[in-house]
Amino acid sequence: MNLEDTFIIDGTPIPFEPSQTVLQAALKAGVFIPHLCFYPGLRPNGSCKLCTVIINGRHTSACTALARSGIEVENNTPELNDKRRLMLQMLFVEGNHFCPGCEKSGNCQLQALAYELEMMTPHFSHFFPSRKIDASHPEAFLDMNRCIACGLCVQASCEVDKKNIFALSGRGMASHIVINTPSGKLGDSSFALSDKAANVCPVGAILPKRHGFALPIGQRLYDTLPISSQTEFLTTRKA
Amino acid sequence: MFELENAKTTQGLRRIAIEPVSRVEGHGKVTLLLDEHNKIHQVRLHIVEFRGFEVFIKGRPYWEVPVTVQRLCGICPVSHQLAACKAMDVIIGAKQLTPTAEKLRRLMHYGQIVQSNAVHFYHLASPDLLLGFDSEVAQRNIIGVALKYPDIAKQGILLRKYGQEVIHHVAGKRIHGTGAVPGGVNKALTKAERDILKKNLPQLIEWAQGGIELVQRLHEANPSFYNTFGLFDSNMMGMVREDGALDLYHGYLCAKDAKGKPIFSRLNYETYTQVLREEVKPWSYMKFPYIAELGPENGWYKVGPLARLQTCDFIPSPLAEAARQTMLSFGNGQPIHSTLCYHWARIIEVLHGLEVIQSLLEDPDVLGTDLTVKGERQEEGVGVIEAPRGILVHHYKVNEDDQVSMCNLIVSTTHNNQAMNSAIRSVAMQHLDRRIISEGLLNHIECAIRAYDPCLSCATHALGKMPLQVELLNAEGKRLSLLSRDSTGTLHSADLHA
Repeated sequence: MNLEDTFIIDGTPIPFEPSQTVLQAALKAGVFIPHLCFYPGLRPNGSCKLCTVIINGRHTSACTALARSGIEVENNTPELNDKRRLMLQMLFVEGNHFCPGCEKSGNCQLQALAYELEMMTPHFSHFFPSRKIDASHPEAFLDMNRCIACGLCVQASCEVDKKNIFALSGRGMASHIVINTPSGKLGDSSFALSDKAANVCPVGAILPKRHGFALPIGQRLYDTLPISSQTEFLTTRKA
Repeated sequence: MFELENAKTTQGLRRIAIEPVSRVEGHGKVTLLLDEHNKIHQVRLHIVEFRGFEVFIKGRPYWEVPVTVQRLCGICPVSHQLAACKAMDVIIGAKQLTPTAEKLRRLMHYGQIVQSNAVHFYHLASPDLLLGFDSEVAQRNIIGVALKYPDIAKQGILLRKYGQEVIHHVAGKRIHGTGAVPGGVNKALTKAERDILKKNLPQLIEWAQGGIELVQRLHEANPSFYNTFGLFDSNMMGMVREDGALDLYHGYLCAKDAKGKPIFSRLNYETYTQVLREEVKPWSYMKFPYIAELGPENGWYKVGPLARLQTCDFIPSPLAEAARQTMLSFGNGQPIHSTLCYHWARIIEVLHGLEVIQSLLEDPDVLGTDLTVKGERQEEGVGVIEAPRGILVHHYKVNEDDQVSMCNLIVSTTHNNQAMNSAIRSVAMQHLDRRIISEGLLNHIECAIRAYDPCLSCATHALGKMPLQVELLNAEGKRLSLLSRDSTGTLHSADLHA
């Protein structure tokens, strides 16, 4: 191994290619860094902050930091995982995430990370926000109760589908997804299940209608292996 | 108005509350009002918790409902899932499931009957029956049974475990799985899973027969007590096949009066709203259903094992039918209404469940892979099933965007509301009236409730407009003021100081 083309994560040398981020190189090398808003093929936007690592002593998002020779990255440490768990807890209480009745359960990246990072309780008081459900589209169901405002659908619709159907509106705690139609309804847009935007949601906010619970328990994505053991899938998945 | 439901006056009466009622699912309490001579004037079973599923399910997509509503209960989730799925089958136009899907659903359901009835009989009720209603309270539990009768306790635990294993292999989890989906099931049963389930069945059937013999021995040892404890006459309702056989998964509603005379015999359950009504009372969160044509005073009924084993013409499995005939012979040609006979009927159903499971596991259809069907979309669906505790009704309307717009659930415990109140009033008059009240005597009241195996947390749904009555009493029990809310949500107050 040419040491000039490697960097270190938690003492392990990681090879990388030019223009790869720390997260991309780590996942390709089989080293898991928790993340929610990164999706292969989409431009990293560093919004969820779950992938925060310490590079040469400085906290930064692994999805936006370029891999460079010789950098030393702290990733799987109790201190960082405590902070990640805290961020997950905040995401859980900010929305209405009821895993027992959610059809994304077992395939949900948020849930998988909560298991991975051993989130035993929500810790904070639930906000129980009043959020919209948009069932107007004949083939898709939009449940904002579960949206974590990661922005993946916005990016996919704009950059890949070239439809610009989704946008983030509001600021801070009030940030939320809106639909770019006069009525604000998904059913009035050109959204299709074949769109990239229909297939990148890490949680159960955008779902195809009438498919819920088709996969039995035991065959769902995270039933057999924890998310940390699925780095190859996380690197190669295509919507 | 029923005897002992409302005291003529609460003035000067002493109140005893059994709270919580133990060894039942959910939270409930019983209140008794007694005078200075311990004469009983009022007895009520109150359900003190509130759920609200019928409201918060509105707006949710229909395919999510069977999985969500099963969270009503941790003991009989399969019943809720299947009742909801049967309603959603109608919604998606799945008129006839594939043979594999229907048989796997039946397998799951009879697994549920075995595990739930076993946990109730062995874990919750047997401490009273085996150790004594007024035995030492610290020992009156499944641990006490395990210490004194280790074989019985072990058999009960393993019978329950087997029922849960059946559910696990069909639904993916022992509790709160996802096996049934609108139009069928989502998982095929493998040959290896089938063979695991077949393995110990003969032993389990033998244990269930032992359980029936145990109840029969208890009954024969003290027939006057067992025959009269919590005795009251009532109508009965259950589900039967076209030929009159007991069918716990699908069939027609059948009701008989206290003498066994048919009220209706092959009612299509989709028309239940034309036949059943629900009365609300200001002192309970739980409604009181009744057969409309007979009215609230005479139309109430009981459901569950004792009711359905007497509304059906026969059980379609030989060992359980023989056991049923033995039980019925104790009625000397008349229907049995003794509250404690619920346990006898319940353990017969464990045997029946195991026989059905045995027959399903021999059927090649359960290994099929044709799992779902669909048809022309409908707006409204009703699903009814015989849950372990009795008839369970799920009724939904779904809008054109696939969202639930209406949900009505009538659970088994609600059907049994008046029956349970009648049972505890009967027990109170038999065993507590004019006596010094002890813990053991109060446990008699709980024993009557336990016989129905109430699922109290399933039974309360109404939101906002439930009639309520709040009384302010002084130290002598004299009512000082009264605030009440009627069924329209309107508040009425009465200041009685003047």
